[in-house]
Amino acid sequence: MIQCKTSKSIGGMGHSLKRKEDARFIQGKGNYVDDVKLPGMLYMDIVRSPYAYAKIKKINIEEAMKVPGVVAVVTGRDLEKYNLHWMPTLMSDTQMVLPTDTVMYQSQEVAAVIATTKYAARDGREAVIVEYEPMKPVIDPFKALDPSAPVLRTDKEGKTDNHIWNWKVGDKEKTDKLFETADIVVKEQMHIPRIHVASIETCGCVADYDKVNNHLTMYMTTQAPHAIRTVIALVAGHVGLTEEKVRVIAPDIGGGFGGKVPVYPGYVIAIAVSFLVGKPVKWIEDRSENLQADSFARDYHITAEMAGTKDGKILGTRFKILADHGYTDASANPSKFPTGMFSIATGSYDYDTTYMECDAVYTNKPPGGVAYRCSFRVTEAVHAIERITDRYALEIGKDPADLRMQNFIKKEDFPWKSPTGWIYDSGDYHAGLEKAMQAVNYHDLRREQAEKRSRGELMGIGLSTFTEIVGAGPSKDFDILGIKMFDSAEIRVHPTGKAIARFGTKSQGQGHETTYAQIIAEELGIPAENIAIEEGDTDTAPYGLGTYASRSTPTAGAAAAMAARKLRDKARKIAAYLLEVSEEDLEWEPGKFSVKGAPEKSKTIQEIVFAAYTNHPQGMEAGFEATHYYDPPNLTFPSGAYICVVDIDRETCEIKVRRFVAIDDCGNIINPMIVQGQVHGGLTQGIAPAMYEELIYDESGNILNGTLMDYLVPTAVESPNWETGHTVTPSPHHPIGAKGVGESPTVGAPPAIANAIVDALSPFGITHLDIPITPYKIFKALKEKQVF
Amino acid sequence: MTRKISVTVNGTKHELEVEPRLLLVHMIREVLNMTGTHIGCDTSSCGACTILLDGKSIKSCTVLAVQADGHSLTTIEGLAPEGGPLHPLQDGFKENHGLHCGFCTPGMIMRCVELLEHNNNPTEEEIRWGISGNLCRCTGYNNIVKAVQWAGAKMRGEETPSTEPEFV
Repeated sequence: MIQCKTSKSIGGMGHSLKRKEDARFIQGKGNYVDDVKLPGMLYMDIVRSPYAYAKIKKINIEEAMKVPGVVAVVTGRDLEKYNLHWMPTLMSDTQMVLPTDTVMYQSQEVAAVIATTKYAARDGREAVIVEYEPMKPVIDPFKALDPSAPVLRTDKEGKTDNHIWNWKVGDKEKTDKLFETADIVVKEQMHIPRIHVASIETCGCVADYDKVNNHLTMYMTTQAPHAIRTVIALVAGHVGLTEEKVRVIAPDIGGGFGGKVPVYPGYVIAIAVSFLVGKPVKWIEDRSENLQADSFARDYHITAEMAGTKDGKILGTRFKILADHGYTDASANPSKFPTGMFSIATGSYDYDTTYMECDAVYTNKPPGGVAYRCSFRVTEAVHAIERITDRYALEIGKDPADLRMQNFIKKEDFPWKSPTGWIYDSGDYHAGLEKAMQAVNYHDLRREQAEKRSRGELMGIGLSTFTEIVGAGPSKDFDILGIKMFDSAEIRVHPTGKAIARFGTKSQGQGHETTYAQIIAEELGIPAENIAIEEGDTDTAPYGLGTYASRSTPTAGAAAAMAARKLRDKARKIAAYLLEVSEEDLEWEPGKFSVKGAPEKSKTIQEIVFAAYTNHPQGMEAGFEATHYYDPPNLTFPSGAYICVVDIDRETCEIKVRRFVAIDDCGNIINPMIVQGQVHGGLTQGIAPAMYEELIYDESGNILNGTLMDYLVPTAVESPNWETGHTVTPSPHHPIGAKGVGESPTVGAPPAIANAIVDALSPFGITHLDIPITPYKIFKALKEKQVF
Repeated sequence: MTRKISVTVNGTKHELEVEPRLLLVHMIREVLNMTGTHIGCDTSSCGACTILLDGKSIKSCTVLAVQADGHSLTTIEGLAPEGGPLHPLQDGFKENHGLHCGFCTPGMIMRCVELLEHNNNPTEEEIRWGISGNLCRCTGYNNIVKAVQWAGAKMRGEETPSTEPEFV
């Protein structure tokens, strides 16, 4: 049980408070962007390219303009007049808003049709005739680097190949030498598949430009409203939309998972059209557009190697990556980290030698990749280290749990400096794995497996003991387009002791309205139910970088605690004044200050707040408000120990996840119910790429599964019953000792599942299978080993 | 070209003139301005648009408004009487943390209404198969299963299971 410092009626940290936001969602009163309807609003639909790579010869809009209700068709040539046909990506690459000459991937935006109704816009879209001259696309990222490959980004001056950038970290010479001399070296080539966040709500916006006041209100599906406002001002400042003229409102968001961080062309076109016609313009993409054109995630080809001793001591790792970014590098990483936090790939293990290198390439596929429920490429990193660790255990015939226990960084060695320079804040990896092993009766399972193997049955046990890196981030290293990655909280307590707090982050289902209130309740003793939380409106909220990469609790959650502590300091002064004692004579307990040794002399926080407005000490500023911008001193390092048990049907190769136990350590827990819910959801998003999801393209660049008919988002049937638990190792540098949890399960689950499946198949000499591991992939692998 | 239809939605009769091609979900959202019913796909895969037509759960993106002529619809807005207590499933989803972003929730709840009407004591497997036409990207389904079991118990007049998280 989690110990709580506050009573249930205050509802501070550790209480499983029911969510405040649920009342509207269960009654159909949520307000998502497609629910926004403004007088005179026009509707936009987008014409998209059927080809992956083609010259645009002609766009004929005549028939479309005849469709009743159609008011305009916008092409790249129209936007070019205002210099709005290009935009920067978050990685300082460039991206077409609408093309003037060439399309670079299938389903790329080609023209926009504006009409008085949704149906008229779609009719207009069907009537636009585009003549293309198809060209041979570059789809395979390995072939993209071939000297004979056509250069795709001819728009970039002096570009002579499809190489975007090279990134490296670690000690190459030392690592190469280790791999030449080590007793054991294992190596696997892995692909982390191209996948999609597929939040159930797609992306969209209502751009509402008011000509009279020269003011834009932008309702949009964004996880980072303030950053978007700044980007709009940077891109459209030259036409008069300076930052004070722009208000971005992120209403309720139907799932984000990183897919609602980037700026998509549709948003920009809607703004441009609203600006030109002076009417609100709504653009809501449909699901197929969302899957086919919005930012993908992952798509890393990794060669992972591990060197070690014969008895199981890990000595070093080496990772070589090829990153397929599609048409442009539209990742959503902190600017200085082109591979995000991939360098966490050294994992939870104590060794000092590593070298990692990545080359990024352009291909004729949609641009990306976003950090899908993952603190910037941590999923790729964790898959690589956890898979290769199992490979090493297999090579030397050691139990993978024993091997991990042998190599874990010890609890007492934190803070621990990784070979790539991160300072892991805290952890207790042994305790986590022990708990997970007890929960599944690990040793009994191994005995059962041995028996089943002797009968030829396929059962596998897979582990993943990962270290996450979240909470970007400290301003010395972390920025997006130059803006430092702090986050903010503003608390206003009203005279009657009730409060509103506003944040620069934006919930997309994480439950901020409940958990932020709990943090403030913990610090001030005001009941959480009396604290309203507001996010997503740039006119009212303090500036912040938004919600993604599990950063809300590490940054804005910390800001909430710090702002509340400023208020508690003020409360102490007021209480001392009211009780006529010195500040040092006062004791705090949640909700009141009392005089040391005379507990009957006390003032509640509500009395103190009332006095701040009605009877404050002379010379003190009236009111009870505070703001804090929190610049974290370090990232936080949540961890987890996951164990998956699978049974594979030897005839059909069907995989059944029999059990999955996830023990997470996210430091101090704000709301156990919500943390558990986050873990459940993340695990299903972990089984998805492990067994079901991958965006597949043919050699012509056609997407083969661009709808939910054939892109397999797990249903309740594919998703097993998740078993969850936790250990608590507080972050030593975070004001409330919390670390963030949303992404751990998505990151940790895929290798646990893959390891379990490979473990089941290892008696046949199978050492690796790329995810998603389907029955057909298993069938092929077994056939190759002549099992069939 | 439009057609006249008469549809009862949440107990209120509406006489409408609609295009024959108008999807029922668009009639609900765009014509009647009831936005509790959501759209999450274009292939009838996600179930976010699930409502009841004459008490039977349907995906309203796959039915034309004209097909609803003369029929009675219930949407999430009409599930509980105005000002009255919520439906046990609405309480169940909240009490058991059966929703995160809330986008799939109205469709999921409407589907479960019919599920529980057929069988108010379903097994976990029956619930999982029963909601397999509705996608949720947030919850991992564990707590949706719990929410439905909780609502079933409430509808049977039995003590509801604990809603404390099984988080050891």
